[in-house]
Amino acid sequence: MKNNQKNRHVYWNPYFGGFLLGILILFTFYITGRGLGASGAMKSSVVSIVDTVAPTHAENSAYYSKFISDEKSPMNTWLVFEALGVLIGAFISGGLTGRINWRVQHSPKITSKRRLAFALGGGILFGLGAQIARGCTSGAALSGMAVLSTGGFITMLAIFGSAFAFAYFFRKNWI
Amino acid sequence: MGPLIPNGIIPHEWDSIIAILIGIVFGFVLEASGFSSSRKLAGLFYGYDFAVLKVFFTAAIVSLIGMYYMDYLGYVDITQMYVHPTYLWGAIIGGIIMGVGFVAGGFCPGTSLCAVAIGKIDAIVYVIGIMIGVFIFSELYFLFEPIYEGFFMGNITLIDSLGVNPYWFIFIFTLIAILSFVISDIIRKRNKKIFY
Repeated sequence: MKNNQKNRHVYWNPYFGGFLLGILILFTFYITGRGLGASGAMKSSVVSIVDTVAPTHAENSAYYSKFISDEKSPMNTWLVFEALGVLIGAFISGGLTGRINWRVQHSPKITSKRRLAFALGGGILFGLGAQIARGCTSGAALSGMAVLSTGGFITMLAIFGSAFAFAYFFRKNWI
Repeated sequence: MGPLIPNGIIPHEWDSIIAILIGIVFGFVLEASGFSSSRKLAGLFYGYDFAVLKVFFTAAIVSLIGMYYMDYLGYVDITQMYVHPTYLWGAIIGGIIMGVGFVAGGFCPGTSLCAVAIGKIDAIVYVIGIMIGVFIFSELYFLFEPIYEGFFMGNITLIDSLGVNPYWFIFIFTLIAILSFVISDIIRKRNKKIFY
């Protein structure tokens, strides 16, 4: 127990983590011919929720209808299974190091209410942006860069460039 | 020769099983590198923790060098790989919006899933936010369609766009990454330490 508390914030060396992540991307391309992803699973969830609640609306919509077919559920995609794996893998890693507990993580200078409000707003923006750019940091930037995709590099530069540019306005939340 | 599933060396039925296994490793590596902590991720933008830069750039270089090495040795055919398509303004505008979301919410989709797995309530709210964002995009698709479908340049790579030799590009890119690691360590030592 004591050991767990001491280790709670001990993370891997970033170069070691990055090396393993690089090998994993390589392995993923070697096996499947495509890269990793994360936001795709959330898109599939939204599509299947809308398709369940309002099937005619989903079929008539220009965007949802792209992902609906009669043969299989929108949840039956590679990225949804991969996202389930991410949850399992992170749970194992967090469990082994004693990092699992219910909490809202925020800077001591702000309230957890403020943290949750900004998390919701940030999530909405990220979800919107990830659809416009057809992928997030994993699918577009990281996997795109592995095959020198021009779009992947542009998205990566835009994400980090804009995050640095707007960091000033959100500084109270973090430092 | 790879890729194995598209070329029929591993049967298609394995697709979902491999997806879960790859996801487990992906989630494990992200969580163990500290990416389930929004305050660690946001450290990059305020100069107190550069783990994102180091992990991200190292992964990009390892996968790039590995990919071209395997292509050179004949283990994979790089032309069969799926190249993320380039929709110029979609990539720029979408990226800018994601950047604001990143610094406001402190996560990106993959890292938020890791944080959900270890019980961070802010990450659960963030994932709900992402789903609302996707919903808004889908409902207002007619507004976004011009940038979503427009300015399509094909599944191009930097070799096509810049006309560079890939090996030289990777070599210079690696040097830039190493330089950024050195600079980031200097900046971090100068800044006040933040505990989280």
